[in-house]
Amino acid sequence: MTQVNRLDGGLIDRDTPLDFTFDGRRYGGFAGDTLASALLANGVRLVGRSFKYHRPRGIISAGSEEPNALVELREGARREPNSRATMTELHDGLVARSQNRFPSLGFDLMAVNDRFSAFLGAGFYYKTFMWPKAFWERVYEPLIRQAAGLGALSGDPDPDVYDRGFRHCDLLVIGAGPAGLMAALTAGRAGAEVILVDEDFRAGGRLTMERETVAGINGADWAAEAAAELVSMPNVRVMPRSTAIGVFDHGIYSVLERVADHLPVPREGTPRQILWRVYAKRAILAAGATERLIAFDNNDRPGIMQASAVRGYVNRWAAAPAERIAIFTNNDDGHRTAADLAAAGVEIAAIIDSRPDAPASDVAELFAGAVVSNSSGRRGVGHVTLRLADGGRKHVSCGALAVSGGWNPNVHLTCHHRGRPQWQENIAAFVPGDGVPPGLAVAGAARGIFSTAGALADGRDQALAQLAELGIKVTSATVPEADDTPVKITPLWHVGGTGRAWLDQQNDVTVKDVGLAHQENFRAVEHLKRYTTLGMAGDQGRTSNVLGLAVMAELTGKTIADTGTTIYRPPYTPTPIAAFAGRSVGRNFRPTRLPPSHHWAAEQGAVFVEAGSWMRAQWFPREGEVHWRESVDREVLATRRSVGVCDVSTLGKIDIQGNDAGAFLDLVYSNRFSTLPVGRTRYGLMLREDGMVMDDGTTARLGETHYLMTTTTANAVGVYRHLEFVRQCLRPDMDVQLISATDSWAQFAVAGPNARRVLQAVVDSQHDISNEAFPFMACRAISVCGGVPARLFRISFSGELAYEIAVPARYGDAMIRALMAAGEPHDITPYGTEALGVMRIEKGHVTGNELNGTITAHNLGMAKMVSTKKDSIGAVLAGREALVAEDGLCLVGLQAIDGDHVTAGAHMFAESTPVDAAHDEGYVTSAAWSPHIGASIGLGFIVRGANRHGETVRLMNPLEGRSARARICSPHFIDPEGERLRG
Amino acid sequence: MIIEHPLLGPRDSQEFTCLGDASLLQRPDAFAGDAADTFFDYQYLRDNPAGTHRELWYHEMGDRSWLVLTRDTRTHEILAVELASDVVTSGGRS
Repeated sequence: MTQVNRLDGGLIDRDTPLDFTFDGRRYGGFAGDTLASALLANGVRLVGRSFKYHRPRGIISAGSEEPNALVELREGARREPNSRATMTELHDGLVARSQNRFPSLGFDLMAVNDRFSAFLGAGFYYKTFMWPKAFWERVYEPLIRQAAGLGALSGDPDPDVYDRGFRHCDLLVIGAGPAGLMAALTAGRAGAEVILVDEDFRAGGRLTMERETVAGINGADWAAEAAAELVSMPNVRVMPRSTAIGVFDHGIYSVLERVADHLPVPREGTPRQILWRVYAKRAILAAGATERLIAFDNNDRPGIMQASAVRGYVNRWAAAPAERIAIFTNNDDGHRTAADLAAAGVEIAAIIDSRPDAPASDVAELFAGAVVSNSSGRRGVGHVTLRLADGGRKHVSCGALAVSGGWNPNVHLTCHHRGRPQWQENIAAFVPGDGVPPGLAVAGAARGIFSTAGALADGRDQALAQLAELGIKVTSATVPEADDTPVKITPLWHVGGTGRAWLDQQNDVTVKDVGLAHQENFRAVEHLKRYTTLGMAGDQGRTSNVLGLAVMAELTGKTIADTGTTIYRPPYTPTPIAAFAGRSVGRNFRPTRLPPSHHWAAEQGAVFVEAGSWMRAQWFPREGEVHWRESVDREVLATRRSVGVCDVSTLGKIDIQGNDAGAFLDLVYSNRFSTLPVGRTRYGLMLREDGMVMDDGTTARLGETHYLMTTTTANAVGVYRHLEFVRQCLRPDMDVQLISATDSWAQFAVAGPNARRVLQAVVDSQHDISNEAFPFMACRAISVCGGVPARLFRISFSGELAYEIAVPARYGDAMIRALMAAGEPHDITPYGTEALGVMRIEKGHVTGNELNGTITAHNLGMAKMVSTKKDSIGAVLAGREALVAEDGLCLVGLQAIDGDHVTAGAHMFAESTPVDAAHDEGYVTSAAWSPHIGASIGLGFIVRGANRHGETVRLMNPLEGRSARARICSPHFIDPEGERLRG
Repeated sequence: MIIEHPLLGPRDSQEFTCLGDASLLQRPDAFAGDAADTFFDYQYLRDNPAGTHRELWYHEMGDRSWLVLTRDTRTHEILAVELASDVVTSGGRS
């Protein structure tokens, strides 16, 4: 198809033609085109349907502020909805589709909404979907969800990589228009480390879209030369296709770089996008300005565009939005569009200038003091209706209407620390006010300096001021000559009419909706915004907010300055969630930690489970075992019958040394450790300062001034942090040092009646580990396998005769293989976390399930472990009356009866009470099938539990609709006297 | 935010965890007659001012120092950073 609206000239590469499709039709464009410019060049005006009323919509702008031309790009897993056609660089083979229409863009069934618009005004959700209440979740919500949104995601995983990066600089310049380029040149030439970011793929900002001269040459050429000079400087980094999306504390800026969005597929080894965190000592915001529209009836027809965008398409992309274009303006800038169109040979239908004193035009017929009051045309503007100065009407035929309502500085980033823009009367716009982020200066059009000469000079001046604060000297900084046109505007916000005049085209908000908000007393700007959703779309109202405020100001009789404005938040432009996630997706969401025996366990065919960031072997299935419990039951029974081995390296290990190490432990543990003999291990209970149990574990005394603490796997990090808090914040006078040794040692539990025999085969013979020489709770530094340093602890989590043997982590893999070989005569069985859990429940040992943050030593039946003879963290508040009450919760064992099952999380009720919160007596914390008992058992807390052994309770689990009966018993299901441990 | 670590220089606040009000440095005497009351206040009563606030930060992904920051909670301006152990040792327990 020929490019019917393509003109001569422009900044496109006619030697590189490109093919693309839109809604399945093939079109041609050139390198340098955007999807929007190529569509316009091909005479395509209708590109989408609006959000609420499904009105036909076209391209409005030529930049990131675009509210309407949102399309789906690419296919398959790379399909991306809601992409702005104006920001999409054309590439060969680009596939784009319109959104929010069915069955087709030209004929959309949901356009019926537009007929019912009288019922769909602002707040209609709140009014319509009220009754009956039963419909809220079953009817209304699915209905609204179905209708909401524009494009659709592919539903497939994104095949591309997104990355995060970090950069530092003296000066970050945001925007590469005249002000930004001049600021970067000034700072770059002075030797400062500069980063220049710009969302466009070509530097120059408005200079790329104007017919202006800078330093005697074409403005776009000057910009290209300036960019080339900057690129050549080693101290300057120029980042095109990069948008500063947020300003954070202390000079931290978020910059989204679209590395590969302009390519069909990212180059091998490169990410699609990078979210940069830029640390800038100083920054300059040179984000330019955005042209406003003027609201009039049916002003949303395709072809009605920003005047600046129309001349941008003509000048930069040689694409005329239509053959015949009318211009509607309230300021001199509209006449500039007229001059540019005339120069390009585009027919101008009329210039409609709302100012009675409009300047004369020699390029087209001028209607001074006239307004456009309506538009007509199917799927695009065909005529506009004028209301003339004398009250008469006139129809003008045109294929596009260029509207200039004045310019809004892009103040958005100045609001990210709650800065409030302030009204500036002479340009009829908001400029940065109080609260601009520290270190950020604003230059050029972004602070209301609209002429090119003014922007260039201001860019230099702001850079000089920032460099002076950084102590960087500048010898000379000249500014090239450029156009210096003053702003002449007489504000006109909307043209009164009887139909609907659009303000926010992305969220379908009209002048009438603002009237409704006023009528219903939602008059404050923040109320107006939320009631009508004005400015709440992805474009944050860049083309519409000020219009809406102005309409509200008119209705309330206040000035716009008094009405004020809502502010903007990050991100400045819509940003894919994938960019925030970066590489932290799937398995890489956080690092995976592998215990030292992992590879060995994988060889054995172990089933793994995630335990925090650890991958732990859950059980080791053997051939013929089809259900996990077959494996777990076998592992438990084999361990209790002979011997089992389990990797327990994940337990936290904290090495504690110093003259005051014992006193330090006395403070952090509720029981005493300073009296522990060297070579012995003790169970310790650690409380939070509020008296609740924080963690438990065993701590060994390896030497006079040397202890080794173990923590639960889950609390390893938190306990270490707590110990450092006590050491540094409470007792810096103590001579004690801490280091986390969790990753330094591989540690294996060897449990069962034959545990000693297995160990004797690996422990070097000079170390006597007989029951007499190495009794229960002994610990010692030894060596294994002919001189490998090791530590042996005689501790038991399973309730069996058991040891934990630790070797430096690099020997972990060899150690498990050595233990398995040594245990072969005893049929040694590796067991996983499930069997570990079953055995500790059978033994009545508590773990994270029980230590849930609301449990005291008293609840555990360990009140005597909280020494009152010494100061320890939590001891004082653990003694509070309610926490030591006799009828408090008490740890008990539970054994299901009648073949029922104990379920963790079930609540306990006496035999014949109502099942309600008032009669709730406690809850189940852990449950397991005990192959030893031959029944489902559990641990839990119930009031007065110590005195209720033998009583039957009901275990209610309304969440899963289950209930069971169980008998309360001692939590020690096996060997309550502890004879096995000491054997 | 960027925190000027007294030993390591400027560090990103993402490396830290925050515990809150630095009054936690003033742990009461457990053997005093009013220990039950003073510990209750110590544990549960914190100031939460809009303005200058002394607070505890832990350089968890760094050198594991506990720091006392003086920070304006309205602007996030950090006015001073000290090692908590120095604050305690110098007797100025916040």
